Amino acid sequence: MELTKKIIGLSGPEFVFEVEKGHIRKFAEAIGDSNPLYVDEEYAINTVYGGIIAPPTFPIVIGQDSGDSIDLGLNQRRMLHGEQEFIYRRPIRAGDILYCQMKVTDVYEREGRTGQMQFLVLDTEMKDEAGKLVVISRTNIVYRPLKNSETGVKL
Amino acid sequence: MLVYKELQAGQRLEPLVKDPVSKVQLVKYAGASGDFNPLHTDDAFAQKIGMQGVIAHGMLVMGFLGEYAMKLAGDSAILTNFKMRFGAVTVPRDSITCSAIVNKLYEDDGQRFVSLDLFAEKGPEQVVGSGQVVLQFQ
Repeated sequence: MELTKKIIGLSGPEFVFEVEKGHIRKFAEAIGDSNPLYVDEEYAINTVYGGIIAPPTFPIVIGQDSGDSIDLGLNQRRMLHGEQEFIYRRPIRAGDILYCQMKVTDVYEREGRTGQMQFLVLDTEMKDEAGKLVVISRTNIVYRPLKNSETGVKL
Repeated sequence: MLVYKELQAGQRLEPLVKDPVSKVQLVKYAGASGDFNPLHTDDAFAQKIGMQGVIAHGMLVMGFLGEYAMKLAGDSAILTNFKMRFGAVTVPRDSITCSAIVNKLYEDDGQRFVSLDLFAEKGPEQVVGSGQVVLQFQ
């Protein structure tokens, strides 16, 4: 199926993500990021954050968790993760319970080196229990022409 | 750690050189992030689709830039926006250097901000990703 502007505004089901301290630690370790802010409660409490927070790219885990919650009928193998953006209202903290939902926020075309390129923008909004926005994870996907599209990404 | 008054547009900041990426690291990152695309962990699969072998998750490289941005911010600023565009692939044994140039200093609603242009390179002139981060001073 080709991308159309008709899918702008479509959203997946809301899902809940609990931020566990151990998960934050494993994520920071995988990056090789030894910042004590992610693992050491005593250290973190005396910083501007006042406690353990998650690394800035941690929200990508939450996007992954949504799995196939938004089915746009698109070919996963044609999708290439072109850009990623995080818009933070506050840091994610250990113990946060986040209410998340993925939405299609844009579909557009642009002239590229190899001809017309199609792009898909997906926002995952993450809110706290009071409904206040915490983070928006914005994924920009290049929707490639059928031929050289063997690799694909999981959304 | 950055000090607002000591920064100026165009200034280059002290880079961060990461340890070389390893295959074990890619397996760890797959587990921690939930991105189990075998392109990052299975050489045979990667070769089947035309690569030399596994490649690193683009988000792992963004994680390196995130580590760098948080190191620069220290206790004096918090991140409000962070984005990255993915370029050339990173493979095991590549060592990524994160660097930054001050793009703009500005005030908004009584708060002070700096935007930094970020670069992740696997060698001189070999950019694997570029991005931008906005820090709000406390």
